[in-house]
Amino acid sequence: MFENIPILSILCYLPLLGAIPILWMRDPATVRKYATGVVVVDFVLSLPLWFAFDRDGALFQFIEGPYEWIPAIGVSYHFGIDGMALLLVLLTTLLGVLAFLSSWSAIHNREKEYYFFLLMLQTGMLGVFMAMDFFLFYVFWEVMLVPMYFLIGIWGGARKLYAAIKFFLYTLAGSVLMLLGILALYFYNSTGLLGWAGLGNAPTFSILQFHDIGASIPPDLQFWIFLAFFVGFAIKVPMFPFHTWLPDAHVEAPTAGSVILAGVLLKMGTYGFIRFSLPILPAATMKLLPWMAVLSIIGIVYGALVAMAQKDMKKLVAYSSVSHLGFVMLGLFALNGPGLNGAILQMINHGLSTGALFLLVGIVYERRHTRAIAEYGGISQVMPVYAIIFLIITMSSIGLPALNGFIGEFTILVGAFNRAWWWALFAALGIVLGAAYMLWMYQRVFFGPLTNPENKDLKDLSGRELAYLMPLVLLCFWIGLYPRPFFRVLEKPVGYLISKVDPSLSAAADQVAGTPVPATAPTVGE
Amino acid sequence: MMPADQMKEFLLLAPEILLASAGLLLLLFGTVGRGLGNKEASVVSLVSLALTTGVLLRVEERLEWRRFVLLDGTFVIDGFSFFWKVLVLLATAMTILISYRFIEEGRYRAAEFYSLLLLATSGMMFMASGYTLLTIWIGLETMALASYILAGYFKREVRSNEAALKYFVLGALSSGILLYGISLLYGATGTVQLQELAERLGTVSGDAANLVALGWILLAAGLFFKVSAAPFHVWTPDVYVGAPTPVTAWLAAASKAASFAILVRILYEGLAPVAVDWQWIVAIVASASMIWGNLAALGQENVKRMLAYSSIGHAGYVLLGVLAVPVDEHSLGLWPVLFYLLTYTFVTMGAFGTVILLERREYAGEVAADYAGLSRRAPFLAAMMLFFLLALTGIPPTGGFVGKVYLFAAAVQAGWTWVAVIGVLTSAVSLYYYFRLVVNMYLRDSTQATPAPLQSRALVAVIAFCALATLVLGLMPGPFIRFAEQSVSASQLLLSSR
Repeated sequence: MFENIPILSILCYLPLLGAIPILWMRDPATVRKYATGVVVVDFVLSLPLWFAFDRDGALFQFIEGPYEWIPAIGVSYHFGIDGMALLLVLLTTLLGVLAFLSSWSAIHNREKEYYFFLLMLQTGMLGVFMAMDFFLFYVFWEVMLVPMYFLIGIWGGARKLYAAIKFFLYTLAGSVLMLLGILALYFYNSTGLLGWAGLGNAPTFSILQFHDIGASIPPDLQFWIFLAFFVGFAIKVPMFPFHTWLPDAHVEAPTAGSVILAGVLLKMGTYGFIRFSLPILPAATMKLLPWMAVLSIIGIVYGALVAMAQKDMKKLVAYSSVSHLGFVMLGLFALNGPGLNGAILQMINHGLSTGALFLLVGIVYERRHTRAIAEYGGISQVMPVYAIIFLIITMSSIGLPALNGFIGEFTILVGAFNRAWWWALFAALGIVLGAAYMLWMYQRVFFGPLTNPENKDLKDLSGRELAYLMPLVLLCFWIGLYPRPFFRVLEKPVGYLISKVDPSLSAAADQVAGTPVPATAPTVGE
Repeated sequence: MMPADQMKEFLLLAPEILLASAGLLLLLFGTVGRGLGNKEASVVSLVSLALTTGVLLRVEERLEWRRFVLLDGTFVIDGFSFFWKVLVLLATAMTILISYRFIEEGRYRAAEFYSLLLLATSGMMFMASGYTLLTIWIGLETMALASYILAGYFKREVRSNEAALKYFVLGALSSGILLYGISLLYGATGTVQLQELAERLGTVSGDAANLVALGWILLAAGLFFKVSAAPFHVWTPDVYVGAPTPVTAWLAAASKAASFAILVRILYEGLAPVAVDWQWIVAIVASASMIWGNLAALGQENVKRMLAYSSIGHAGYVLLGVLAVPVDEHSLGLWPVLFYLLTYTFVTMGAFGTVILLERREYAGEVAADYAGLSRRAPFLAAMMLFFLLALTGIPPTGGFVGKVYLFAAAVQAGWTWVAVIGVLTSAVSLYYYFRLVVNMYLRDSTQATPAPLQSRALVAVIAFCALATLVLGLMPGPFIRFAEQSVSASQLLLSSR
C-alpha cells in the first residue's frame, strides 16, 4: 500500500512543518483551529497503517532507509515500525487530537506558542517510536524534552517553574547516561573499547544490528550498559525510586500536557526497555531480573498507597500512574509471552484510561478551578453524563472485566505467575489497592449530598468534550471485549523479543502450544 | 639552505604577513590626524581578512593537504594549522561585524580597535603554525598583548580597566611560567624545536629527567591558563565580564581556539613521549574544569559571568577530546576537538551577539532579570538565544549535541570512561543555569520598561548566520566532520598518526 510513499516520515514531520505557518498567524482562534486541523490530518493519515500493516509479514514494516545521514560515523536515517510501535504511533496521533481539542477552552494565553510547542512535541514523540537507528532515536528523545519543558513551564500551575526544570533535569540526566551506553554498544560493535575487543563490524547505530550482536556481548559489559540504559528509561517510566519528578510535572502541567505526558511520554521508558534493554542485553536482563521485579513491585504498592492518601484528584491520578507503570514493568520482566503481551497492551490501556482521567479532571478544573476532592461531592446529580463516563474510565483503570484494563492486568498476572508466584501475589495486591483508591475518590466526588453550593450550577459535558472523550470510551470497550486484533499485531514482536532474550523459553512455549518449533527466528526487515 | 629557497618558504607564510601588515597599516593611517571613521576602518579590516582568507585558501590549494616544515623547522604548514587559521579568521570577521554598532554606541575610537584585532589574529595564525616553542610563544604574546589592550578598551569604564589589569598581570605571570618551562626543557634537551624535543625527550635520564618533568609541567600549566581550564581559570570571569562584549566573544571563541591549537600541537608533538604522564594531568584538569565551571555558573546572575564560567566548563569538555590519544587505527582521534571548537565558535559568537543586542551603552542589560519577558518583546532574539543555549547544553538538533557526543565517544573509546561520566553529568547540570535565562525569557513577564534591542543589521545577520551554522552542524555534520578529520589526518601529528 505504501510502497513508494515515505508514510512514516510524512506522519512524523507533518506536525513540525505544520507548526511553521503558526508563526505568522495573528488570531488565536485561527491558530487553534489550524493546529487542531494539522493533528487531525496526521491522525487520519496514520489510520491506514493499522490496515496496511501485514500481521504475517516482516517484523518491521513501512521501512525507510537506511539512508546515510552522517556517513563519517555510521549514523543513518532509518525509520520503520513493528506491531508494538504501530500501536504506540496510533496512540500518539489519537491522544494528540484529543489533547488539542481539550486545550481549546483551557488555554487562553500565548496560544501561538502553545500550539507550536504541542505540534513540535508530536513530531518528537512519533520520531522516537519510528526510529530504527539508535542515534536518530536519541535525537528525537532529546528534542522532545524542550517543548514539554515549555508546556509545563509556561502554561502550568502554581509551581510550574520548579516542576518544569525538575522534569527537564531528571530526564536529561537519565538520557545522557543512556548516551554513554549507546556509545559503548557502538564501539563494541565496531572497534572495541576498554579492553574488550570489538566485533569489527562497520560502525553503525542500527538497532537491528545491535539486536543481532546482543547475545555475543560479554556479560560484564552488558551489565554496565544495562545500568546506563536503566537510568535513562527508569526515570522516564518512572520506576521507583526515580519517580519523584512525575507528580510535580503532572500536577503543574496543563491538561493537554498531562494527557500527553501520561499517555505517551511515560511509554517511552517502557518502550526503551522492550526495544533496547531486553533484546540487546539478554544476559544482564536475566541477571538483574529479581532487582527489576522488586523495584516494579515497590512501585506498584507504593504508588497505590500514596495515591490513596492524595487530596488532589490530579495528584491521585499521577501516583496511580506510578502504580500502573509498575505493573507494565513487572509484565515486561516476566519475559514470557503473556507477560510481554500484557505489558505492551497495558501500555496502550494506561494511555487510554489515564489520558481520559486527566481529561476528565481537567473538565471540572476548568469549571471550578480546583482539583481538591473535598471541594466536590454529589456532583453526579448535576453532571450525570460526566459521572457515567468517569465511572466507565474508573472501571477501566481498576481492571473490571469487559473493559481494557482487565485484559492487560490479567495477562500480566498470568505472565508474572509463570515467572514466580509471589510476583503475582504482590501484583494482585496492587489491583486491590487500585480499586480502593479509585472507587474511594469516585465516591467522594460523585456521591453523597451536594453540599458545596458552588457545585450546584456545574454544567454537564459540552458537545466538544463528549466528542473527545467518546473515542477513548469506545476503545476501552473494544479492547475489553475483543482484544484479539491487538494481540494479533503483537504476536510477531513478542515472539521476536522472546527469541532474543530467552531462546529456551520461546522453544518451550512453542512446544507447549503444540506448534512446531520454528527453525529460525522471525525474519527481520522486508 | 639557499636564500632563494627561504624566499619561497616565506611565501607560504603570506597570509600571516599580509594580515600583520594590514593591521600595522590600519594602525598607522587610522590614527594619524583625523584618522579613519568606524565605517571605513571596519570595511578595511573586513577586506583585509577576506584577502588573507583568499591567500590562505590559495596556498592550501597549492599544497593539497601536504605538510611543510619551513624556515629551519620553526614553522609548519599542515592541515591542522590550516583548520585553526580558517577558524580564527572566521571568528575575527564575525567579531568585527558584531562590534560595529557597539563601538559607535560606546564612542570610542574605532581604528585602533580593529587594528588590534587584526594584529592579534595574525598572532593566532602564527601560533597555529609555530613549530618551535619560541615561535609559538611569540605568536602567543602577539595575541595576548593585543588582547590585554582590547579588554581595557573602554578606558572610561572601571570594570574594563579592572579586566585589563587583571588579564595583564595574570597573563604575564602565566607567560612567565610558560617561558620558564620552555627554558627548563631547553636546558635539559638543548632544543625548542618540537620534533627534536620529541626525539630527545625519550633519551634523557638522571637529573635531566627531573628538569624535563618540571619543564613540561610548567609548560602545560601555562597552556591550561591560556585555555582557561580549572584551576588556572581565575582570570576568566572578571575579564569576560569587564571586557567590551564583542571582545569577550572574541576571547571566548578565537583566542580559546588558538590556545587549544598550541596546546594540542605541543602535547601531541613535542611532549608525545611523555603522553602517558600528561594524560593524567589533562584528565584531572578536564574534570576540575567541568565540575568547577559548571557548578560556579549555577550561582551567577550576570549573563556574561555565567557564560564565562560555562566557557571554563567547555574547556573541560574539549580537554576530554585532547585526552583521547588514539590507541589504534580505529580510534576517532582528534577530530572531535576540532569539530567541537568549530561549533563552539558559532555558538559563542551567537550567544554573546545576542547579549550585545540587549546592551545599552556600556553595560546595561547584562543581568538575567533584563531578559525577563524577552520572548514577547523580541521573539526572534529570544528564539535565537534559546537555540544557542540548547547548543551549549548539548541538546539536538544543534551542533553542540553532535560535538559533545563525539568528545564523549572519543573519551570512552580511549578508556577514560570516568572522565566522560563526569562530562555527561555536568552537562546535565549545565542545563539548570542555561535555562535560568530561558525561564526569564519565556516564563516570566518583563518587570521593567527595558529599551528595545539595538538596531544593527550586521549584528542580527551574524546571529542568524551563527544559528544557521549551529543547526547545519547539528543536522548535516558530515562534511564538517570530514574536514576536521582530514585536517588532523593530513598533519601526521606524532600521537594522532599512530
